[in-house]
Amino acid sequence: MSNVYPISVLRSKPRICIVGGGIVGSAAAFFLAAAGCPVTLLERDTIGSKASGVNFGGVRRHARHPGELPLSIKSHRIWVKLEELIGHDCDLETPGHLKLALGEEEMAPLEAWLPVGREHGLDARLLSARELAELYPWLAPGLAGASYCAGDGFANPRLVAPGFARAAREAGALIREGCPVSAIEKGLCGWVVRPEEGGEVVADIVINATGAWATTIRMDFSAPVSPAPAAPQMFVTEPMPMRIMPVLGLVSGDIYLRQSVRGNIIFGGGRGKISADGWRSSPGETPFREVPAIMRRLIPDLGQALIIRSWTGIEGHTPDGLPVIGACPDQDGLFQAWGFSGHGFQMGPGVGQCLSELVLTGKTDIDLSAFDPTRFAHAAARTGGGIH
Amino acid sequence: MAHTETRPLCVAIVGAGPAGLRAASTLVKAGLRPILINEAPEPGGQIYRRPPKALLLFRSAKDLYGADSHRASALDSAFDDMKERIDYRPSTSVWNATRRNDGRVRLHLCDASGEVDTLDCDKVVLATGAMDRIVPLPGWTEPGVWSLGGAQVMLKAQAQFVGRNPVFAGSGPLLYLVAWQYMKAGATPAAVIDASTFSAKLRAVPAMLARSAVAFRGLRMAVALRRRGILVLEGCHAERIDTTPTGFLVSWAGEQGSGDISGDAVAIGHGLKPEQQLAELLGCRLHFDPGAGQWLVETDRDGRASVPGVYLAGDMAMIRGAHAAETAGELSALAVLADAGLAPAYDGVRRIRLRRSMKRQDLFRKGLEAAFPFPSNRIENLPDETTVCRCEGVTAGDLRKAVAHWQPADVNRLKAMTRCGMGRCQSRLCGETAAALLAAGSGRDRSEVGFVRSQIPVKPLPIPARERETQR
Repeated sequence: MSNVYPISVLRSKPRICIVGGGIVGSAAAFFLAAAGCPVTLLERDTIGSKASGVNFGGVRRHARHPGELPLSIKSHRIWVKLEELIGHDCDLETPGHLKLALGEEEMAPLEAWLPVGREHGLDARLLSARELAELYPWLAPGLAGASYCAGDGFANPRLVAPGFARAAREAGALIREGCPVSAIEKGLCGWVVRPEEGGEVVADIVINATGAWATTIRMDFSAPVSPAPAAPQMFVTEPMPMRIMPVLGLVSGDIYLRQSVRGNIIFGGGRGKISADGWRSSPGETPFREVPAIMRRLIPDLGQALIIRSWTGIEGHTPDGLPVIGACPDQDGLFQAWGFSGHGFQMGPGVGQCLSELVLTGKTDIDLSAFDPTRFAHAAARTGGGIH
Repeated sequence: MAHTETRPLCVAIVGAGPAGLRAASTLVKAGLRPILINEAPEPGGQIYRRPPKALLLFRSAKDLYGADSHRASALDSAFDDMKERIDYRPSTSVWNATRRNDGRVRLHLCDASGEVDTLDCDKVVLATGAMDRIVPLPGWTEPGVWSLGGAQVMLKAQAQFVGRNPVFAGSGPLLYLVAWQYMKAGATPAAVIDASTFSAKLRAVPAMLARSAVAFRGLRMAVALRRRGILVLEGCHAERIDTTPTGFLVSWAGEQGSGDISGDAVAIGHGLKPEQQLAELLGCRLHFDPGAGQWLVETDRDGRASVPGVYLAGDMAMIRGAHAAETAGELSALAVLADAGLAPAYDGVRRIRLRRSMKRQDLFRKGLEAAFPFPSNRIENLPDETTVCRCEGVTAGDLRKAVAHWQPADVNRLKAMTRCGMGRCQSRLCGETAAALLAAGSGRDRSEVGFVRSQIPVKPLPIPARERETQR
């Protein structure tokens, strides 16, 4: 046994090691480095090259699970001042978000969510079929209605994680790309993170932000649950006349779409294929057959729209569709932040800030109880209350 | 590996230019019924592109294809002879290629009406050809500025001029060929601005003697252009293109001083670039070829790629021209047959002759590369305001700024940060320029910054106009 105090007691700031350079890891690195902590971030590939960098880019609070809303709203406050924080606005646009109900039965969840959203101060309202047709005459006739939330929108996913990482580096963080981690171990004083290439990083605090691969790293304890990988598929058309102002989604989640400022329509739906080793994904055949047809049904007058690119990325899903955020009771100083189940992009910056607050002060103003890492051990998985 | 199953060997050929047609006729001769997929409505590829039938009345094969007319006619009749014995799919593009677990290749097709379909085959010969290689310059995106290949297609397929007094600029054999073809057809080119120097061409003479007749023909075209009084500026670059009320003003500079030339159209190009996306999607290895200054798909001398069952032929493997493409097409088909245990009796002797011919073509190619070196330094010195990616409106300055700001590890990262190459052409036109700017801006070699990875669909795919019937 060591007879000296753990180094963390003597230091003014804890040493941080973040594993995973997606949006969550990069944002956490930024907030912690900006607060003066010595931060090392280890990324297997390049910063933001997995789900964080290739997702739909939706920045949405609308229709979220009530448990996620406070975190989502905290995150939104960061989104709107990214330029000031990290020196780049990441192409954020906020034309609002529209959730469409195809049939009457799909109106019920929208109606149920509305008071929840309003309680959290969101400017959301229901639109009748008639209002929809008046406001968005290019939508297919016969929709039951929709819910609209002002202030939501989209950003350029390719810039966000690299933007945070770059700002973190400027604040003094050490960002190492191409550095896979093989193990996280409990050391004599703090944690030991072992990169595959050899050596070790000793830290008081370790944040596991490795998304779909959160449980592939060898750890001295069992993980609460393993994220199930999925590879949502995206498509983009060549530039089209501008008309789709808000970001659109269906209650069913079968398709979501937006129009870029250059006019390209970006839409997602269906799932691609994941390679046998679990590290790469590619677009699948079925979504190519089905998803463009759904879009044509939703917006019949698309003209000669041509798809110019399709892509996928791998994200990790939990049984209840909610992320795992926090420390397990017997693993003091090891934080988990993963399993965002397809809606982590918008929350990423907020999660980074929460983690920074938890590390520095032991608490955060956001109730994270819905994301408790131990919840899967206690109860059978609940079903999520969010609408895709 | 012998083909032992009872099912006949299924071979698909993508592309019906000289390489694809020759591969098909070789397989037909061996008793197979290959599937020939052609993006264009008529066979012949870009080089022997057929005009719509009505226009043929006005222009003979000799007029259209010049000294190569006998080759064009021979391929034409080869196609007519085998038409009934192949599964021919005209007006069909291949927008994706994947490898199935059983080792077969799946091609994803899209026909003229936008219907998609898949096709599984045992072996695939990729003969997808090449496209213009463009070095941007200020003004190159103005309407009325064409690629050399585009200007040639206008003449060959539509019997139209891009202008009556066009300025031709760039380098490579196509530069003189197109200018000469325009002259022969009755236009008066304003000038030919050739980036390569006389001394470079002189140094390349020994290698070019491997095909002295072709080299001589090129020389004759240059002489004919000069004799007609057309300004030929060797060792000079087009520096910028400005629009004027009557057309364009092209500023040039180089060994012969500097100046401005006006014309009513401009056509630019610096050689050709292989269309290798399908090979890349199938996982074939690429390597950087310093001579060509390009990434090329690796093959053995008969056209086998690094992935079993995938064969390459023609310009998509390496830019060697139409004659070599025919040779390569036949060689790749013989490789297909040999690998399937179906090698015909004549195979051995024939293959030796073809390989010997390829060697000569290769020597000639090296001569051309020396005579018309790719002007990488032009890209490095592009003015900041030059548009590089016309689809997304990304300039050389934007790219330089992004290189400094993000320090991208490779050109794909640079693409992600700037959107350069995310438009309709999928980096075909701008990927090389972006890579050269990244290499220059980070003190690396082109071979160290990679190539822009292909993404599907490699050809734009229409969103179906009506709902498809749901199968299965």
